[in-house]
Amino acid sequence: MTTRVSIGDRGRPRIRSESGHIRRRMVNALVLGMTGVMTLVALIPLFWIIGYVVYRGGRYINLDFFLHMPTPLGVAGGGVLHAIQGTIILTVLSAIFAMPPGVLAGVFASRNPQHPLSVAVRFSTDVLSGVPSIVVGLFVYALVVKQQGHFSALAGGVALAILMLPIIIRTTEEMINLVPKTLREGSLALGASEWKTTMSVVLPAAANGLITGFLLGLARASGETAPLLFTALGNERLDAWRMVSSGIAAGQNPISAIIRLVEQPVDSLPLTLFKYSQQPYPERIDQAWAVALVLMILVLLVNIVSRLWVEYRSAKLQG
Amino acid sequence: MQRPAWLNQLNHLLDHGDRPWRGLLLASVALVLLLLIGFAILLWTTSADSRQAFGWAFLRPTLDASWNAVSGEFDAWPFIYGTLITSFAALILAVPMSLGVAVFLAELAPNWLRIPLGWMVELLAAIPSVIYGLWGIFVFLPLVVAPVGGFLNQAFNGLPVIGALFAGPVPQSGSSRLAATLILAIMVLPTIAAVSRDVFRAIPGSQREAALALGATQWEMIFQVLIPYGMSGILGAVILGLGRALGETMAVTMVIGNSLEGSASLLRPGYTMSSVIANEFAEAVTKLHTSALIEIGLILFVLTLILNAIARLLVWRVANPALQGKRA
Repeated sequence: MTTRVSIGDRGRPRIRSESGHIRRRMVNALVLGMTGVMTLVALIPLFWIIGYVVYRGGRYINLDFFLHMPTPLGVAGGGVLHAIQGTIILTVLSAIFAMPPGVLAGVFASRNPQHPLSVAVRFSTDVLSGVPSIVVGLFVYALVVKQQGHFSALAGGVALAILMLPIIIRTTEEMINLVPKTLREGSLALGASEWKTTMSVVLPAAANGLITGFLLGLARASGETAPLLFTALGNERLDAWRMVSSGIAAGQNPISAIIRLVEQPVDSLPLTLFKYSQQPYPERIDQAWAVALVLMILVLLVNIVSRLWVEYRSAKLQG
Repeated sequence: MQRPAWLNQLNHLLDHGDRPWRGLLLASVALVLLLLIGFAILLWTTSADSRQAFGWAFLRPTLDASWNAVSGEFDAWPFIYGTLITSFAALILAVPMSLGVAVFLAELAPNWLRIPLGWMVELLAAIPSVIYGLWGIFVFLPLVVAPVGGFLNQAFNGLPVIGALFAGPVPQSGSSRLAATLILAIMVLPTIAAVSRDVFRAIPGSQREAALALGATQWEMIFQVLIPYGMSGILGAVILGLGRALGETMAVTMVIGNSLEGSASLLRPGYTMSSVIANEFAEAVTKLHTSALIEIGLILFVLTLILNAIARLLVWRVANPALQGKRA
């Protein structure tokens, strides 16, 4: 077979048989075009969900929604103050439980990268992040709820902390690895001890990245429902602020008032959303959409802001 | 930065505190490692009643399974089946799409498009699963699942083997295994796409250049060089997605219909392991019921543990440097 070499209309030589060449070019264009279409199709649900939640939820959001406790069915108005308070309580508790051990384990792994324990930490972090959140709920039920004999915010906080822990460990390790070695060496050469170097030089230098990672972890935890179903359980009647403030007014020590609060079952935004969505009453469904909007704004805002911040920081470091 | 005086005093006190510091670090490491072991031990011991009562028969495949808290008869099969069929069907839908997205993001998209599109794919993973569920119940089920289900029923019902998977009728609300499958496909797509994108990006440029220099088109380069090169990483990404699908709870619970009817069809309502735990655990009355639910949790735990371990090993092998910082 002879190979025809010809000059194409644009003056480029075309080698090989015309038809095979054209077919290959066409397959190439077709398949590559399809990947673009697939990307667009994959993103449809994102815009569909965001758009619909804004459309349905936006109509039922007002100031009362944030400031009032739920009203009984049939009574107009009412809000989800209990769930907002609950989400805050659970998030704060989980941050308190997860951050110290998470940061310290991350420090260890980045300080001793080859140490067998570090490898084990990395591996179990990866595995832990794949454990289904409902199983985390079962674990915390057996660990905390069963021992205490009742559902509580404490148990919910522990469950969310376990979900956050892998994110915190991984972020800490990565961010510390980004801190220039010279900073650490400078501090050590000045005679500072290892722990002081870490606490006052390395961690502050990594603070920006750490905070971003923690926020992402918190956002993720605050959207979780499954592990709370049988740990924090839900509690429509608890007005946390009133409980603590009236407790203090009655002469209770603030710390014991807070401990009493943490022993109560609490609601959270995703839990409320789930429960309302299972009810046959249209007004509860409307409120569920409004809760979805609040939750979505919370989660997306944290995600977008922290990503922008990371981009901005890395652009600044490079430029 | 101005430090409070007490902190300075503490610093002074602990100036040579490297030993306690090291102890603290080791204690945290131990806590993390113990957590995983604790999961296994606690789930194993608290499911003892159920394991003793039923043994391996708990997992026996059967079409007329009983799940009765009053008579104390429990079979896990309908849940295992529901979880497996919805997860695998979701993967069949999601894997080609995810690879398309990954190829587009890693190889084709111009820089100004790559970053925002990558973000959007990751935002898809950040939306809480209850919101997927709510959207599923009120929008996706009536508008998409019910018509698609009706169509699939008509198209495949008569066929010999596949027919059983598409036996109807689809419930009017759309609540069905198909609904769970489609929602799961949407939810695992960002996981698989993001990890495979990182795998593609970790493949050295020389591989691409060599293929192109030999006259391959861009698609031939991707299909014949990049995909085989990154195969184990892509496989790892798929397994990670599978792990996510198996454990997904809220969205599935809200759309699958939570029914124990003895049908194998994708178009009928079903139940999954995670959704039965979510629905019944808080209200379980008898000890045996609680323990049977925990045993289901144990199965789920072991399953995801094995899958994750395999997936991580596969991904680590190819894309170790690129994967730093990616949470699946």
